[in-house]
Amino acid sequence: SDEKMAAVQTFRDGEERLIAVIGDEDTVTGFLLGGIGDCDPRKNATNFLMVDKSTPLSAIETAFRSFTTRSDIAIILITQAIAEDIRYLINEYNQTIPTVLEIPSKDMPYDISKDTVLRRVKQQLGEN
Amino acid sequence: MSAARFPCLPSRMTLQQFKTRLRGASKGHSLLKKKADALVMRFRKILRELKEVKEEMLDDMKQASFTLAQAKYVAGDISMSVVESVKNAAVKAKIRFDNVAGIKLPVFRLMEFSTEDMAGIGKGGEQIRQAREAFQRVLEKMVKIASLQTSFVTLDEAIKVTNRRVNALEKVVIPKIENTISYILSELDELEREEFFRLKKVQGVKKRLLELEYQRLKALQKAQGGAPAAPSRPAPKAAPAGDLLDFLSTPDNDIVS
Repeated sequence: SDEKMAAVQTFRDGEERLIAVIGDEDTVTGFLLGGIGDCDPRKNATNFLMVDKSTPLSAIETAFRSFTTRSDIAIILITQAIAEDIRYLINEYNQTIPTVLEIPSKDMPYDISKDTVLRRVKQQLGEN
Repeated sequence: MSAARFPCLPSRMTLQQFKTRLRGASKGHSLLKKKADALVMRFRKILRELKEVKEEMLDDMKQASFTLAQAKYVAGDISMSVVESVKNAAVKAKIRFDNVAGIKLPVFRLMEFSTEDMAGIGKGGEQIRQAREAFQRVLEKMVKIASLQTSFVTLDEAIKVTNRRVNALEKVVIPKIENTISYILSELDELEREEFFRLKKVQGVKKRLLELEYQRLKALQKAQGGAPAAPSRPAPKAAPAGDLLDFLSTPDNDIVS
């Protein structure tokens, strides 16, 4: 819990950070249209990953790991289909920031019982 | 388990000190409990909101997907150009800290920078504009959900910590102080009893000494005074022992009564 608190503390009040997205072509295109896309030419680093059938799992893992350890990202949007592929990573992820937000994808109807964060929420509701 | 107490000297002063400590610990305990309750209330609120907003977001996403499909129908495959035109993020998340019962909860807000519009696409096409607007609406909801999620995690931790402190006070600190106080009280009682007993003993000893003195003086009188006075004078006690009896009736500074 101390690391969680420390993670939150590394933010200054009023600081601005990026929103990252990992999803299928359409989802990513849509959000890039919305304006969240950022490309750092020096580091050749982007805050989005387009995933299709040919994308290797390792690429998804790398992107996720990199987004969670970068210090300039606040939110990671990830479509549920891809979240399922790296469910083990998401389940063991327990930092407060950046926060992982599962979003529906077109081909797969959103299943609330698979959402890691909402499952924890439900657990809490069940306990209290 | 409840035999534990603080090591201390049993005196009235320490009794006072520990009574004050007990008051402090009790006050702290009730304050912390109130804090825990406030946190739990905020927690429940967040949970409900989280569920609601996430459901709204699902609808918005469907809507946004639809507009994107329309845009693609009209403008063709725009994904490559969109990716290529990415430079600096026009939209970011701003983090603020909200104070709830002493805990800083992170809150995200969507921040828009008015950079020049993406070159390749430009404002071109009504459909593309609509798609962009739709996704920006979704993004606002996303940011809200992200806020709720982080608050949820932070609050969860805070509640656990506060409950731990409440329990520590309730089960460890306060019983320990109470044990110490009862120990001091029993020791003080014992001391008082001992004191009382000692005084009684001293009185007894003094009385005996007095008796001995009196006997001695009487014997002395008999030897001096001779036969005539002896038998029919049952009250020689009155005169020669006068000063002794006076002794008994005058207040003695050694005896505290």
